[in-house]
Amino acid sequence: MSAYWLEIIVLLGGLLLLVAEAFLAPKRKIGIAYTAIFFLVLTLVFHFFAQDANIANKELARFYSWDSQAKFFKGLTLLASILTLLLAIDFRKTLSKFTANPDSEDGTGEYYCLILFACAGMMWMASAKDLVSLFVSLELTTITFYILVGFMRRNVGSLEAGVKYLILGALSTGFLVYGISWIYGATGSTDLTVIGEKIAGSNPTYLLFGLSLILISLAFKVGAVPMHLWIPDVYQGAPTPTTAFLSVASKAAGFAVLLRVLEPFLNSPLAGKVVFILAVLAGATILLGNLAAIPQKNFKRLLGYSSIANAGFILMAVAAWTPGSDTALSSKEVVMFYLAIYLIMTFAAFFILAVISRNTGSDDIAAFEGLGTRHPLLAFMTTIVIGALAGVPLTAGFLGKFFAFQAAINAGLWVPVSLGFVGVAAGFYYYFQIVRAMYWRSSLDESPLTISPLSLYVIGTLSLLLIVLAFTPQPILWLIGN
Amino acid sequence: MSILFVLIPILGALAIFLGSKAKPTALLASGLNLFLGLGCLFCWKAPIWSMSPEILSKPSIHLAFGFYDGMSVIMMILSVLVLFTATMSGKCPEGREKLWYSSLLLIGGGALGAFLATDLFFFYAFHELALIPTFLMIGILGSGERKEAAWKITIYLALGSIILLAGLIWLVSASGSETWLFSELLKSKIDPSDQTWIAALLIVGFGILISLFPFHSWAAPAYASAPAPVAMLHAGVLKKFGLYGLIRLYPMVSEGMQHWLGVLIVLLLGNILWVGFVTINQKRLDTMLGNSSVMHMGYIFLAFAALIQAGSFEANPLAKPAAVVLMFAHGVSIALLFMLTDTIRRKTGTVELAELGGLAKAAPRLAFLFGLAGMASIGLPGLANFSGEVLVFLSGFNGYDGGKLGCVQVATILALWGVVISAVYMLRAFRETFQGPAVPATSAEKVSDFGPFCQIPAALLAIALLVVGLYPNSLLNLLKGSAPEAPTGQTAE
Repeated sequence: MSAYWLEIIVLLGGLLLLVAEAFLAPKRKIGIAYTAIFFLVLTLVFHFFAQDANIANKELARFYSWDSQAKFFKGLTLLASILTLLLAIDFRKTLSKFTANPDSEDGTGEYYCLILFACAGMMWMASAKDLVSLFVSLELTTITFYILVGFMRRNVGSLEAGVKYLILGALSTGFLVYGISWIYGATGSTDLTVIGEKIAGSNPTYLLFGLSLILISLAFKVGAVPMHLWIPDVYQGAPTPTTAFLSVASKAAGFAVLLRVLEPFLNSPLAGKVVFILAVLAGATILLGNLAAIPQKNFKRLLGYSSIANAGFILMAVAAWTPGSDTALSSKEVVMFYLAIYLIMTFAAFFILAVISRNTGSDDIAAFEGLGTRHPLLAFMTTIVIGALAGVPLTAGFLGKFFAFQAAINAGLWVPVSLGFVGVAAGFYYYFQIVRAMYWRSSLDESPLTISPLSLYVIGTLSLLLIVLAFTPQPILWLIGN
Repeated sequence: MSILFVLIPILGALAIFLGSKAKPTALLASGLNLFLGLGCLFCWKAPIWSMSPEILSKPSIHLAFGFYDGMSVIMMILSVLVLFTATMSGKCPEGREKLWYSSLLLIGGGALGAFLATDLFFFYAFHELALIPTFLMIGILGSGERKEAAWKITIYLALGSIILLAGLIWLVSASGSETWLFSELLKSKIDPSDQTWIAALLIVGFGILISLFPFHSWAAPAYASAPAPVAMLHAGVLKKFGLYGLIRLYPMVSEGMQHWLGVLIVLLLGNILWVGFVTINQKRLDTMLGNSSVMHMGYIFLAFAALIQAGSFEANPLAKPAAVVLMFAHGVSIALLFMLTDTIRRKTGTVELAELGGLAKAAPRLAFLFGLAGMASIGLPGLANFSGEVLVFLSGFNGYDGGKLGCVQVATILALWGVVISAVYMLRAFRETFQGPAVPATSAEKVSDFGPFCQIPAALLAIALLVVGLYPNSLLNLLKGSAPEAPTGQTAE
């Protein structure tokens, strides 16, 4: 099977379900979610057997690549979409409360279909190797996300988030198109392979200006300074499954594109200047994300800042651009490794957040108070997840940060590295506030927590994975194509 | 096979968490470890103890455990001994058995993992594993200003670990070694200009973990408010991780360390003299012990400074044994002292020196053991610390030709005053607690002597102090000729 069928399956699945949704009784909308998960699992299985797109079809081959990087990011997107749907299943009560009739599940069906569309868009982004296909797939993703963010249209927070995301997203699209046109003007091509060949002979000023514009727009996607401003507000306002989806899948897709765009430049004579730009962005992102997270009182906002901080660490690995060797991971591999673990821990955190907020009606850190006595198992798993987010050794979270730092130290990026260590230290402080709330403070409400078996099972699996992968990380290496 | 030492406590902790009875499980796990550890003394060179399966091919990281040399064996014995006695002696608050005993096992398992790992990656990682339950125990089950103390120790040690990690990553990348295994790393050569800054990172990183002056202010409040077994495990065992690491990695950065010798000597004198005077001023038994444990780290650093001055293990053959024996001796004696202080607290309800007195009449066995441990900590001949301290002072003058005094020699002479300082605070504490007329809190009707169940752990530690004190070769023999050709184990692919 040719690889491009993967996106087609997901897209057709989405369209089919959208039609079916119109005919389903309001109580049965949940069926859409299950069918969507089925489509995605099917695609995930196919994705391991898919072949390279037909070479004879030259025109398509120009736009679509199928290498280990594309493969990994597609798998990651699919997995993230499945987890988002699982999260949305438990979240549907809240979702319907703010959409149409609060008592029925009317208006939740489209939500599941939209996740499929976004997934297809991000899968294309993973394969895009031409600036045009890159732009189109990125827009498919972003436009779908506008709706996903503002989906709870009777909730002021969600609406505000939707508007903010829309305005800044449109702005960043503008930057992207402008940047693409400069690069096209300088090299005469939109194909990244051709651009790579022509960099040496083109005007470096035009190229760097164009690249900077593209970087600004991609910084918006991955949530890096200077385009990070939307993150806390949008994360806080959007429905929790959307937030999780944004912070994992959308960020990962952003990095997939970033790597594709940067690769020709980082392997060219311009590399020094590009690395400098990246190092500045990485340092600023790490510092801002971590320091701004310290005073946060709301867990969702905290996760927002933490996602900025993580983007910074990943950017640091990109800035340390190394081709890798037999004994060291290349920068690309470090990014993929980091994102794989980031997916696990971030989704675990959002599942926990969803459970807490269903039980207490609040997303604040204070809502975790007394969890140690109210539900010891959940508190224990939360401790593991928080430990992984903070990067405590013997959790998988440590490995990601470890490799990022190793790459940066080997590349001699001392300023981002030292800022990074400040960031990690700050991270210990703000992440462990959750642990402190769980165990050291008691809550007024001592009644046991209710937690659905689905959530418990997912959180359990994810937190177990965080421990197991710390001791046997080799499978991740296999997934990123080694 | 030496992974057993790590697995037993961790599986024990897991079993407790899953519902097995807390205290018996913990005793069983730590007892099994102690038994295994003592048995191991006779056959630690057997290849069966080492293993190194590769868990990640790129970069090459091994889940490698084994006895790298005699120093690992000694630290292992210290860990299993203190873990068992801590588990046995502590009194857990009602209803918190699960947390209490599983945390103790995790701290012990983490410490053992760090001392037995022969891969630098897991050496670092297991130490962190031990720190997390330490923080939690202090924060949740501590006494007094527990929240503040827990917060302080968390921030300090997390920062220290991160600085250390930077140093370790740089160390490995500068060495050009393909793996993180000690056996390969220690063979490599590092560029001298890199060495200087790696050494600085290691001294600061490890230094914070060891409570090197001026990074020591977390230690005393944390030990004072920690539950006694946690104080025993951290002050006795876990803190030695930093010293163990410095000595282990020293050959790789021996030239770089030279640059920091002067600074280090000033700092270690800060530990011995400055913190020594601070200790004299303490009004409570627990803070006094906490400070005294910080102070005694200075002696071990002194041995390390002698090592730096000499330039290699061979050039000063006394330095490493001195440091290791004192690490062991200090670990055992401070653990015993924390245990007995906790007993005093439980029996009389206070550890304020002003409120105590005359306890020896009501509890003579307790007084005897406290006296023994206190004397050991001062460095009375016949007890383990004496062997260590004498070796430290001798190593300070090793190779001294009678000419002008070098900075290490001057430091040694100044450090000798530390013994006087120790004697002042320890003897005074003993007098104010046990001698004189009994006060209401310590009257014979109110306070009973040691029960037999409490005696066993205390006696075990006291025996260890005596054995090493009277026959220091018991440890020194383990260290002989074991440095370079250590068992590295076969690489299981």
